[in-house]
Formats: sequence, structure tokens, C-alpha cells
Amino acid sequence: MWDYSEKVKDHFFHPRNVGEIENPDAVGEVGSLACGDALKLMLKLDESERIVDVKFKTFGCGSAIASASALTEMIKGKMISEAAKITDDDIARYLDGLPEQKMHCSVMGREALEAAVANYRGLKIEKPVEEGTIVCKCFGVTDNKIAHEVREHKLTTIEQVTNYCKAGGGCRSCHPQIQAIIDEVWQKEKEKAMIERAKGPVKKLTNIQKIKSVQETIERVIRPTLQADGGDIELIDIDGDRVMVSFRGSCAECPSSKVTLKSTVEAKLRELVTDSLIVEEVAS
Amino acid sequence: MRVVYADNNATTMVAPEVVEAMSPYFMEYYGNPSSMHSFGGQVAKKIDTARVQVADILGADPAEIIFTSCGTESDNAAIWGVLRANPHKRHIVTSRVEHPAVYNLCKYLAQNNYHVTELGVDSSGMISLTELADAIREDTAIVSIMYANNETGVIFPIEEIGSIVKQKGSILHTDAVQAVGKIPLNLARSTIDLLTLSGHKLHAPKGIGALFVRKGTAVTPFIIGGHQEGNRRGGTENVPSIVGLGKACELAKKYMAEEQTYVKQLRDKLENEILKRAPDARVNGHKEHRLPNTTNLSFEFVEGEAILLLLNEKGICASSGSACTSGSLEPSHVLRAMGVPFTAVHGSVRLSLSRYNTMEDVNHIIEHLPPIIRKLREISPYGRESIAKEQTARISAGA
Repeated sequence: MWDYSEKVKDHFFHPRNVGEIENPDAVGEVGSLACGDALKLMLKLDESERIVDVKFKTFGCGSAIASASALTEMIKGKMISEAAKITDDDIARYLDGLPEQKMHCSVMGREALEAAVANYRGLKIEKPVEEGTIVCKCFGVTDNKIAHEVREHKLTTIEQVTNYCKAGGGCRSCHPQIQAIIDEVWQKEKEKAMIERAKGPVKKLTNIQKIKSVQETIERVIRPTLQADGGDIELIDIDGDRVMVSFRGSCAECPSSKVTLKSTVEAKLRELVTDSLIVEEVAS
Repeated sequence: MRVVYADNNATTMVAPEVVEAMSPYFMEYYGNPSSMHSFGGQVAKKIDTARVQVADILGADPAEIIFTSCGTESDNAAIWGVLRANPHKRHIVTSRVEHPAVYNLCKYLAQNNYHVTELGVDSSGMISLTELADAIREDTAIVSIMYANNETGVIFPIEEIGSIVKQKGSILHTDAVQAVGKIPLNLARSTIDLLTLSGHKLHAPKGIGALFVRKGTAVTPFIIGGHQEGNRRGGTENVPSIVGLGKACELAKKYMAEEQTYVKQLRDKLENEILKRAPDARVNGHKEHRLPNTTNLSFEFVEGEAILLLLNEKGICASSGSACTSGSLEPSHVLRAMGVPFTAVHGSVRLSLSRYNTMEDVNHIIEHLPPIIRKLREISPYGRESIAKEQTARISAGA
């Protein structure tokens, strides 16, 4: 049984804005019967490009229906330009989180929205991520799309990639290719960071950007690695460049590994966020 | 809230008589059956009784029964045991619709220097006997084909399979976890060499299983340890559960006729009424060669997890072959192997009953399931028209 938040359950049992709009100004359709989920989003806009009505129809599991319902509530009344900025993470946050394995449901929401916006602007569905070579044949996911999700959500494992875009969730024969894409993305990001650093002073992050980035890096990159070895880490606080963390599980019991861990975590955060960070271990 | 349990192929309620039979073996008769003192020795006698009870429902000899910890262990013990006893034979024949205990084990073996032939099934879930005969080679150590499928309830013609296996000089193992207790078996007159059964599918507790090994079948022990189970399975016996399994088998034998009459009537009523009330639905699997308690239904244009969540709200416990319920994204390998269209696999629901279900239970499901399907179809962008439209578009695009 999935551990759904109350908000997900509420939107699943009582979905908002189900239906279709006659003569819509924008339609976004993603997914298919074969994929196991699909979403059709329809928008009505006024002259100032404000979304005055929105309806959806979804074929899919509980969280797919909830994600679509949440999305409609989030964009209703917004200017289309504003709505276009909504990300899959925003949808998941609005629902008080989704189980990791269900993140692709929020991705489907964002993609339907992108498709609807493109449709409104008369663009021929500008979807660079859909192009490329198909890597996952079971769900028809391309290399570009996988690379996009890896960069966007700082994914480091095949399992995470499957959670976000379903790639690799079927016959698994594409797993080596997915791993290669993950490796390539991070290799490139590393090189890019090195070039940026060599170019001179890095653009200063705002406090909020820094906190968000540290949180994400710990959550998506550092925790999965530690958890694989029976350990864990918790972010306690951030004060300027000081990042205060606490180790858990097997990490917490081993005094000698703590020193190594602290420097490893620091190195990773410096690499992916900003190189002025100092990691400190605090009692929780 | 009223709970209607219709997921008996997943697990069953422990029968009250079984609980009662087990309870003295926790605090009163807690001795080790291997001990020299009579406090332990009296427990060993109870294990003997349970062995007779288990043998009895199978029509086997008590000496042919080995107690294990579960169905998965029995499957592993059977397949590994035969492979290790016949190291020169490296080939295995199995089907594409096996339970993960056999399916994934064979996948593992295929990656580790064994050759595996997986037999496909037709749209009713049946294997082809000619294909089976062609698949068995001189170096085929073991053929492992399930007795009845857990998802669809389809029953394989296991004796016909067995005679082909015998003719070709190989060994037949069958995972009969879903069959034992639901349909009569008689291993005294059978071609089966090894048979797996599991306690919790027939109203005994979880964590107990048994493996039937026909006399004269060479099997290397899977769990090496003490001399328990005639040196065939090490480890101190799970005494309360063994006693419980014995009792459950005795009860299953007593109620066997009821499975074919009472339970089957409930299932047939449930299936027919739902098909009548919900359009665009179908039964997956052979309608006759099927367990009396199981129905696997597919509803077009909707997704199984959503159905299960809404059923759950009505207190109804069922399961689905949909990808979203499996933890992975892969929909049921059984339904896919049968060539059930993707749309129908995603919208599949399995309802499995037991002798503890009532007509009220069945009516409760009949009352609530069709409106759930209607509700989800109202949300779904697909429907008969959209499918027809898609087809027309495809045809006109092709033309």
C-alpha cells in the first residue's frame, strides 16, 4: 500500500476540475494507454491571458489523478506566463509530497502543462526533451528526456530515474544505458563547474538558493549513498556558509568514519553548490 | 467499517480451529522435538501427526513430506535440490507465468550458467504440450510448471505435463501453492515428483510450507544443518506452525467439496453480476480450467491502482496486475504473457474468495465495484469513442 499524504488522498477521492472545456484556448495531452497513464489538460483564457477555466481528464493511478487535480487548482486564475513556471516539484510540494516511486505522476502534470502552453502559443509543441534516441523501449523514453530529469532533479541512481520518468521500469534491459547517461551528465556538470570556477568569481548565490541547493544535494545525492551503507544524514541548520548536519545509523556509531564522512559530504556540497561551504557536525 | 476480504490468493485468515490447535505449543509444549527428554519427545510425536495430515490431503506418504518455512523456500529447495543432485544436467524448463519464487529463480539460474527454456502461454493462459515435449532435452534436469496460476486461477493439465516429462526422462516439480486445499489432489497416482505447498494460502499461518518429494527422487538438501526432517532440511522445527499446517490440511480436506460448490457459486455470481453491470470488462484466463475461488477481471480505460484505492474505501480488499501496484512499473508478467492488451492489463482486478466469504460479501462487491469503474471512466480521457477514433485515424493515416 502506498503511503499517500492526506492531500493526495483528498485530491484523488475528490478530484477538482474534472471534465472538458468546449472550444478551449489550449490543450495539452501526454501519455498513452500503453504507458499506463495519460493526462489531457484544457485551458480557457481571457484577453489578458489569465487562465479563467481549466479542466482535466486522467487515465492513471491514484497519484496521477491527484497530481492532475492539484495542477488545475494551482494554475486556475494565474496568468499563463506565471503558470508556465510551475515545476513537477511544485506539484509534489502542493500535495505535501509524493512517494518517490510516484514522482513521474507530477512530471506528467508538468509535461501536460508545457504542452498546453506550447499549444496556446501556437508552437509546434516545443519539447526538446522528447526528441532523441529511445533508450527505454517499454515506456518510450528518450536519452534527452532521461538526461533532462537527471539534471533537473539531481538524480544519481537508475531507481531515481525510473521514479521520475519511468525509464528502466519495465524489462530493465536499458539499465546500462541509463547508468551511462547518469555518468555522462555528472561528468559534464563537473567539467562545467570547473570551467566556471576557472573563469573567475562565481555568481553569488542568494541565501534561499543556497539553502535549497544544499537541501537538494543532501536529499538526492548524499543520502542515497549513505543509506546504501546503512547510514544516514540529517540537515540541522544552515548559517551563512556553515552547514550543520547530524549523522545517523551506522555513520553515527563509527567515530573514525565521521571525520572522513564530514570531509566527503563537504567535498560533495562544495562541488555541487558552492565551494565556500563548511560542514559541521552537531548533536541533534 | 465492514471489511470484505477478497484477496485470498494473497493470503488467508488463519482458521480458528488452527489457532486453537497451535496455542498449546507456545507455553505448554515448547520442548525441542530433537531433545532426549520426553518433554521434547512428545512434541516430536505431534510433528509426526501433522506430517500424516499434510500427506493425507495430497494422497502422499508421510515420509515424502518435508516441512519448510514457506512456498518460496520449497520452490528453491526443489529446483536447487534437483540441480545439485544432477550436476551434469544444466537445462531447466519452466513457464512464463510462474510465481516470482520460480520465475525469478529461473532468471537467476539463466544468468549463472544454466539454460532455461520458458514456455509461452496462449490467450487463455495455457501452455502447449507439443511445445513442452519439444523443449525437454537430454540434459533437462527439471521441469517446473505451476499447478494453478495465482493471478488468473488457471489450472494446468499437470498430469498430462507429467507424463510427457516422464517419457522424456526428466523430473517434474510443481508449485501447487494455489491448488492445495482448493482442488482435490492425489499424488499416489501421479506423475509429479516434487510439489510445493504453503500454509498461509489454506488458512494456516504465514511462515510455514512443505515440499513433497516422491520416494526415490534424488534431491540435495537446500538448508544444511542439523538432522531434522530426515537430514533433508536443517533447522529446529517451527512446531506451532507445523501443528497448524497439519490442522489446516485436515480442515481443507473436510471442506474440499465446499470449495467446488459453495465457493464456486459465490465466485460465479460475483463474476457474472459484475460483467453484467460494468460494460467493457472481460475475464482473464481459461473460464473452465480455473480455480473455483478466483476471478481476474479487466476493465478498459481505467487503471487498477485507482480501482483498488476506491475499493479500499468501501472496505473491499482485492489486488491488481496493474504496473502502479507492483512497486516496479512493470505490469503483470502473467497477463502480458497471455497477450492481454496493455489497456486491459492496467485495468485488471483479481478477486479471490474463500470458504469464509458470504453471499453478503459478494453482494457488497457487486454493489460497489461497478460504480467505481463508472466514476473512474468519467475521469478518464479514454473511452469507446476515443479508441474508435484512434483506430480510424490510424486506418486513414495508413491509407
